[in-house]
Amino acid sequence: MKAAPVIEVEDLWFKRNGEEILQGINLRVMPGDVYAILGPNGGGKTTLLKVILGLIPPDRGTVRILGGLPSENRHLLGYVPQLHTFDFHYPISVREMVLSGLLGRKTGIFKMFTTADMALADKALATMGIGHLTGRAIRDLSGGEQQRAVIARALVGDPQVLLLDEPTVFVDAPTETQFYDILGNLARTITIVLVTHDIGVVVSHVTKVACLNRRLFTHDSRELTEDMIQGAYYCPVDIIAHGHPHRVLRPHPPEE
Amino acid sequence: MTVFSLLGYTFFQNALIAGVLASIACGIIGTFVVIRRMVAISGGISHAAFGGIGLGYFLGIEPLLGALGFTIGAALTMGELEQRTEQHMDTLIGAIWATGMALGILFIYLTPGFAPDLFGYLFGNILLVPQGDLLLMLVLVAVIVITVGILLNDLVAVTFDQEYAAVINLPVERLMLVLLVLIALTVVMLIQVVGIILVIALLTLPAAISRECTAQVKTMMLYAILLGIAFTTTGIFLSALLNIPSGATIILVSAAVYGSVLVKKRLAGR
Repeated sequence: MKAAPVIEVEDLWFKRNGEEILQGINLRVMPGDVYAILGPNGGGKTTLLKVILGLIPPDRGTVRILGGLPSENRHLLGYVPQLHTFDFHYPISVREMVLSGLLGRKTGIFKMFTTADMALADKALATMGIGHLTGRAIRDLSGGEQQRAVIARALVGDPQVLLLDEPTVFVDAPTETQFYDILGNLARTITIVLVTHDIGVVVSHVTKVACLNRRLFTHDSRELTEDMIQGAYYCPVDIIAHGHPHRVLRPHPPEE
Repeated sequence: MTVFSLLGYTFFQNALIAGVLASIACGIIGTFVVIRRMVAISGGISHAAFGGIGLGYFLGIEPLLGALGFTIGAALTMGELEQRTEQHMDTLIGAIWATGMALGILFIYLTPGFAPDLFGYLFGNILLVPQGDLLLMLVLVAVIVITVGILLNDLVAVTFDQEYAAVINLPVERLMLVLLVLIALTVVMLIQVVGIILVIALLTLPAAISRECTAQVKTMMLYAILLGIAFTTTGIFLSALLNIPSGATIILVSAAVYGSVLVKKRLAGR
C-alpha cells in the first residue's frame, strides 16, 4: 500500500486584483520528501504556502494536510516564515519565542508553560545547535542564530512536516552551509518543503523539485530539467553547482 | 505652598491615586502599543473619544461614559474594518480620528449653553479628578490587569507574529479585538489625567523608555508602570507648586526623560 501524501494540492487557483497568481497547481508531498519549490520573485511561492496553511482561501481547488482541512491540521506543520517578516526588536527571549510554538495546544485558563514544555524547547534549541542561547533576547542574536531560533519554534511541537519560506534570504554563505547541514540531519526524521528563488539551494538533500511561476512544473523527482526552468523563468538559467557533490541539472537527451 | 502641605488636601491625594492607577494601565497596555507599533491606532481611538464626550453633553449624561462607548466603538470598528475591507490601517485611523472629532464638535454645537469643562477633557486636569472617577478608574484597571494576566502568553504570541499565531490555531482576530478594547479602556482613564490630545504620549513614553532597559515583556510592563508613577507624581507636584497645567507638565517630564535616555544611548553607542 502506498503511503498517504502529507500535503496534497489539487487544481488550485488563486486570483488577486484580477491577476491569476496561482494557476491550476497540483502538488503532492509524500512522507520523507525534501521538496524544493523554486521560482522567481512574484511567482506565487509565498502565496502558495499561505493557501496551503489556510491563511488565504483559494478561488478553486483543494488543499489537504495529512488528509484533513488546512484549518484543522495546519498546527501539525512546522511553519518557518520569511525572516524579514519578523520584528526582531520585540522584547522576547529565545526560550519564550520557542515556547510560543506550543501555545496552540495549551489548555487551561492561564496557558502556563510546564517544565515538560521547557524541556521540549531546550531540545528543539539543541537540535538547531543553539542550546546555549536559550536565555538570550532574540534582538541580541545574529541573523543566522535568529533563523535557527525561528526553526526551533517550528520544531518544538514535533511536527511531521517543516515548511520553510525563503530560508536563505539574509543569511551569509558560511551560515547557509551550516544551515543545509542541519536541514540534512532533520531530513532523516521529518518531511521538508522549502520554497526559494535561489536555484543554488538545490543541494544533495533535496529529493524532489518543482518550479513555480503562476503554474507549477515538476516531474515529481529530484531532477531539475530545462523545460521546468524555462517554464518558470521563461529563459535558460545557468546553474552553478557551488561545489556540491553532484550535478543537479542533467543534460537533456538531444531529442525525445 | 510647600510639598508637604499639599499632601494634606484631598484633591491632591486623589490626583496622586489617579496618577498611580493611570500608570498601571499605561504600563501594561502601553507596552503592547509600543512593541506592536499601535501608537497611531491609539491616537485614533483617543480622538474618537471626543465624539463621545460631545454626545455626553448633548444627552446630558456623564461625558466620560460617552467617551467609553465611543472609544470601544472606534476600536472595534477599526479592527473589524481592517479585517473585512482591503483598506490600509493608516487610512482607517485617519478616518476614525477625524470623524470622532467632527461628531464631538457637532454635538457640542447642538447642545444649548456653554460646555464649561471641555478644556479639561482636551488637555486633562488630574488635580480635579472627582472621587467617583477614581472608582471607575479602579474598575478599569482591574479589568485590564485580569484580562492581560489571563491572556498574556496569547497576546505576546499574536503581537510578535500574527500569522504564525493563526497557523497554530490561536483565535487571532478575537485576541486583537480584545487588545484594541483594552487600549480603548486605557484611553478613557488617561483622558482624566492628560486629556485626549496628550493621551498617546503617556501611553507610549514610559513603555518606550522601559523597552531600552529590558528584553522581557513582563519586565517591560513593570518598569513602564514604575516610570509612569514617577512621571505623573513629579508632574502633579510641579504643576501644583508652579501653578501650571498638570497634563502638559506630566507629558513634558516624560518627554524630557525619554529624550535624555535616547541621548545617553546615542553617546554610549559611540
